[in-house]
Amino acid sequence: MSELSIDNISMRFDLPNGGVVQALKNVSIDLKSGELLSILGPSGCGKTTLLNIVAGFLAPTGGVMTLNGHQIKGPDAERGMVFQQGALFEWMSVRENVGFGPSMKKMPKAEKKQTVDHLLNVVGLGDFKEKAVYELSGGMQQRVALARCLANDPDVILMDEPLGALDALTREKMQSLVLKLWKETGKTIILITHSVEEALLLGERLIVMAPRPGRIHKEYNLPFAELGVDADLREVKKHPDFGPKREEILSMIWDMEEEIMGRTEESA
Amino acid sequence: MSGLIVLAIYVGIFVAAFFIITRIASRTTRDYTSLKTVTFGDESAVRPNRAAGIISILTIFLLWGMFTGSSLLPSFLHAPGPFIGETSFDYTAEANGQSDTATVTVIVHPREENPTLDEPTGGDGFAKNDIISVAQWRSKLVPWDKNDDISKSDGSQVTAINGQSVNPGDTVNVTGGSVTISDKGTPNFKPYNGWQMEPLYLPAPETVVDRTIKLASEGFRGTSLYGHLGWSLFRVVAGFLLGAIVGIPLGYAMGLSNWFRGWFDPIVEFMRPVPPLALIPLVIIWAGIGEVGKIILLFLAALWIMAIAARAGVSGVNISKVHAAYSLGASKWQIMRYVIIPNSLPEIFTGARVAMGVCWGTVVAAELVAAEKGAGMMIMVASKFQNTDIVLLGIILIGIIGFGIDMLMRMAEKYLVPWKGRG
Repeated sequence: MSELSIDNISMRFDLPNGGVVQALKNVSIDLKSGELLSILGPSGCGKTTLLNIVAGFLAPTGGVMTLNGHQIKGPDAERGMVFQQGALFEWMSVRENVGFGPSMKKMPKAEKKQTVDHLLNVVGLGDFKEKAVYELSGGMQQRVALARCLANDPDVILMDEPLGALDALTREKMQSLVLKLWKETGKTIILITHSVEEALLLGERLIVMAPRPGRIHKEYNLPFAELGVDADLREVKKHPDFGPKREEILSMIWDMEEEIMGRTEESA
Repeated sequence: MSGLIVLAIYVGIFVAAFFIITRIASRTTRDYTSLKTVTFGDESAVRPNRAAGIISILTIFLLWGMFTGSSLLPSFLHAPGPFIGETSFDYTAEANGQSDTATVTVIVHPREENPTLDEPTGGDGFAKNDIISVAQWRSKLVPWDKNDDISKSDGSQVTAINGQSVNPGDTVNVTGGSVTISDKGTPNFKPYNGWQMEPLYLPAPETVVDRTIKLASEGFRGTSLYGHLGWSLFRVVAGFLLGAIVGIPLGYAMGLSNWFRGWFDPIVEFMRPVPPLALIPLVIIWAGIGEVGKIILLFLAALWIMAIAARAGVSGVNISKVHAAYSLGASKWQIMRYVIIPNSLPEIFTGARVAMGVCWGTVVAAELVAAEKGAGMMIMVASKFQNTDIVLLGIILIGIIGFGIDMLMRMAEKYLVPWKGRG
C-alpha cells in the first residue's frame, strides 16, 4: 500500500548569533506499509524536527523523502498528523472537527456523516458528537484528534507525543487504543515519545536517536506491540524481555544526557 | 468646607453600611466560596457585593438630594439651606459731629424672582431707613446714603452695624447673613449661604429629570433629544464600521505577510499612541466640522485598534492548528476561512469593544469642539447658557449609552465566540 523512504536526510540552519545548528545528520529510515515505528531520544535529538520534515512543514537541507515513489514536498492529506495538544479547532463541535478533512475534500454529506459516526464510535465518543471540544477532558480531546486524523484516511500517521499531556491512567488506555486502531486500520504510523515504556509498548520498530547532531543511534525490532493488540498492556510489561530492554534503553539515554551535560560544562 | 462634610457623610455611610450588611450577609451565605479561609489575595473569592452596589448608587443620589434641597427627600434630611425671606440690620452713621441710626430691610429672594420693593419709610434723624433686595447666594452693596439727609459725599460715614462699631474691612454677623464694610466704607450685605449647592452649579435631581422629560418632548436647539443622541451614535457606528472594514483586512495582511507587516508596522505603531483627540484640529482643517470630518476622525480612531486586534488574532493562532489543517488537506483559502478567521474572532471582539469605547469618547469630544447636532454639542451649548441641568443629563445619558454599547458587545461576544479563552 504505502512505502515511506527517508533517505539520508540532513538539516542544518543558521542561528541569529552566527552559529550553525546541525539538527539532523544523514538520517535514513525505510518504512513498509503498516509498520508501527516509535522514535525515542533525549531532548534536542531532532526527533520532532524529523517528524516535521516528514509531515512536510520543514524542508530538509539534504536528502530525499518519498512516499509511494513520489517525493514529499509539503504537507498533504496523505500524511496525517496527531499533535500533543491544542490542535483541535475549539470553534467547531466534535463532529465538525472529525469531519474537517472530509469537508476539505468536499466529500458528499451522507458519506461524511457515516465516516464521522463510525470513527467516533471506534474511539468511544459516540455520545459526544455535538459537544464543543473544550467541554471534553484531555484524553477525550486526543481521541477526537485520532478520529480526525483517521477520517481523512491518510497513508501515514505521524504522532508527535500524542499522549504526553495525559495523566498516567488515561495514557495507558490511550496506548491500547492506538494499538487497536493500528491493527484495525493497518496504517503506517510513526510515533514520537519521551517515554521509554511507551516507545517499547507501541513500537513494532524502535529507533533511539542521539543528539548533536541528531542521528540514529540504535534500532530495535520488538514483539510487544503485536502482543499488546490483544493483551492487557500491564501483562505485556511483565514479558521477560520487557524489563531488560527498558533498562538498556534507559541507560543508553542517560549516557547521552550525561554526555550533553559534560559538554556544556566544558564549554561554559 | 462643605466638601469635607460631604466626604465625611459619604465615608460614614460606607463604613456603617459595611458593618451592617456584612453582619447580615455572613449569617446567611453558605456556598463554597464562603467557606474559603484565605480570601485576602484570592481574587476568585472577591465578588462584588450586590448590596454595596445598590447602597453606593443610593448614597450618591442621597447626597445629591441633600445638598441641593431636593423635593424628593424629606426636608429633615436636607443640608442647611440658604437664607430666604426678610431680615434687617441697623446702621449708625456719623456726619458733622452728629450721629444717627437707621434700619436696612433686606429681602432675600430666589435668583429667578425679582420682588418689587416698597418705598422705605421712617428714620427720625438725618439717616433714613432703606429697603434692598438681594438674590440668594449673591451679595449687595447697601446704598445706605441714597435717601439720607447727609450723604457720603457730604461727609457722612457708617460707624456701627447693629450697635457694633466697625472700620472698613470688618464683618458683622446679622440675622440671615453678614455685613462687611467695604474699603470705601459701604456696608455689603451677604445672605447666609447654607451648605447646599447653588442650582447653577448643581441642580436638584428632580430638575434634571424634569428637564430630561421636557427635552425628550421639545428637543434642544431644533433637534429632538433622540436626534442628538442618535447622531452621535450614528457617527460612532459609521466610523467604527469603516475602521473595522479597513482595519481587519489590514491586520490580517500584517499577520500573514512579511511585506505587509514590514510596510505597515511603522505606520500602525506610530499612529496607535496618537490620541484621536489630537487629530481633531487637523481633521477640522481638512474636512470641516460636518459629518465627513467626524466620521474620518472616528474611522482613524477605530482603524489602528482593529488592525492591531486582527494582527494579534492571526499571530495568536497555535501553529499546531494550522499544521493540523494543512495535514488534513486544507488549501490556503480553507485555512483562512476555517482556521485563521475563527481563531482571531475573540481578539477582534476584544478590539471592537475597545474601539467602540474610544470612538464614543472621541465623538463626544469632537462634538464639544464643533458640531450642529450631537450629545457633545448639547452639553457644550448648554454650559454656555449655564443650563447645568442639561449638562448633567447629557453626561448621564452619554454614560448610559457608553455602558449600553459595552454590554451589547459583551453579549454579542458571548453568543458569537463562546470558545473565547477555551483553546
